[in-house]
Amino acid sequence: MAFPRLLGQLPLLLVQTSSTIIQRNFSVSTAAAAVQKMTRVRVVDNSSLGNTPYHRPPRVIHVYTKNGVGKVGDKVLLAIKGQKKKALIVGHKMPGERMTPRFDSNNVVLIEDNGNPTGTRIKVPVPTSLREMKGDYSKVLAIANTFV
Amino acid sequence: MAVCARGLDKFVASLRFCRKWQLQNERLFSTSACRPAAGSEPPKFVPPSKPVIVDKTQSVASMRKFLSPEFVPPRQRTAPFKFFLERKDMVRRRKMLNIPEFYVGSVLAVTMADPNASGKTNRFVGICIQRGGKGLGATFVLRNIVNGQGVEICYELYNPRIQKMEVLKLEKRLDDNLMYLRDALPEYSTIDPEMKPVPFSPTGEVPVNQLKVRMRPKPWSKHWERPKFNIQGIRFDQCLTPRQMEGAQKRAQPWLEYDMLKEYDTSKLQQQILQEVELTENCRTM
Repeated sequence: MAFPRLLGQLPLLLVQTSSTIIQRNFSVSTAAAAVQKMTRVRVVDNSSLGNTPYHRPPRVIHVYTKNGVGKVGDKVLLAIKGQKKKALIVGHKMPGERMTPRFDSNNVVLIEDNGNPTGTRIKVPVPTSLREMKGDYSKVLAIANTFV
Repeated sequence: MAVCARGLDKFVASLRFCRKWQLQNERLFSTSACRPAAGSEPPKFVPPSKPVIVDKTQSVASMRKFLSPEFVPPRQRTAPFKFFLERKDMVRRRKMLNIPEFYVGSVLAVTMADPNASGKTNRFVGICIQRGGKGLGATFVLRNIVNGQGVEICYELYNPRIQKMEVLKLEKRLDDNLMYLRDALPEYSTIDPEMKPVPFSPTGEVPVNQLKVRMRPKPWSKHWERPKFNIQGIRFDQCLTPRQMEGAQKRAQPWLEYDMLKEYDTSKLQQQILQEVELTENCRTM
């Protein structure tokens, strides 16, 4: 279970109190973990392909961006149940911009090549920043129940 | 009306006459005649009773003297003028938006402007797990579990997109950083979004919730049992063996407590800044 740890950013947290000495110079946030190749992801729509159990979890095998890092709204290629399938990232564990949500798991929605989602409902909350992303995500947004 | 006016005129005229007569005759009468007879005590001066002013305009929450931690600057080699300017801007923003007093462990509801959300506003309820940053860049992280998915949002206190901040439950916890809730059982991070605000007293101590949280099985995102985190709010006896606890204590650094270079006493600075902030607030309101 070895996650690639990006130790580049370690925010310093100094806690000041009126008494002396109690100071912490370490980071209390987890390692920044974006979606890249070989990331295990969680499929959050109600498609059969995403929900039937398999002995291997779905993994990312290619990220369709200039750098290999996937953020919310990027398309990726997954290996699910021995087949390749395109998917859209709808939330990741890596902290992004301030005021945007950070999820506890890397969430992904399966889509076809033309952008139509495979499932019919997304129960998990989806960030509202998807609406203003370039690309036609209206169908994915239409099946989302809650927005964060 | 005219009758009253006439009556008043007469009264005023008579008063003036009396006063004029008194002034004219002061020189004729000796002042000793006005003194009371020898032997009797002068009437003791009793000051009028002080009126009790109940300041209803002052909001309930500001009764407790609380200086938000982002006002206190860190110890660094920057000119204090920078912090002074920042504090001015912070006070200006606080005039527009009521930023309430809250601590790590309190439940907040934040409404922010969102062009992509329906109704243009986005309301999120969560428990505050961390307060970071100083000055205008101060942030706080709210955590909640929505539809089984854990969500955390890092809000900036002074961001103009924030429209409303309500404290639904004001309390403190045993630690001032609750990042371990990510590895705790989900029931400890779940907050009901329709939660009603719990009334809290505006004076007196903030209640400390002595809750000790039960954790999921290891591996955790951080080694919370290690002494550098100094976590009081986890039930280690239920998730770790005594041998593991001993192993964690090997990494203790007991000399740190005596390190004088790490001391940073902010009590005087806090007093100063509190006075300064209150002064600027009062100047503005006048």
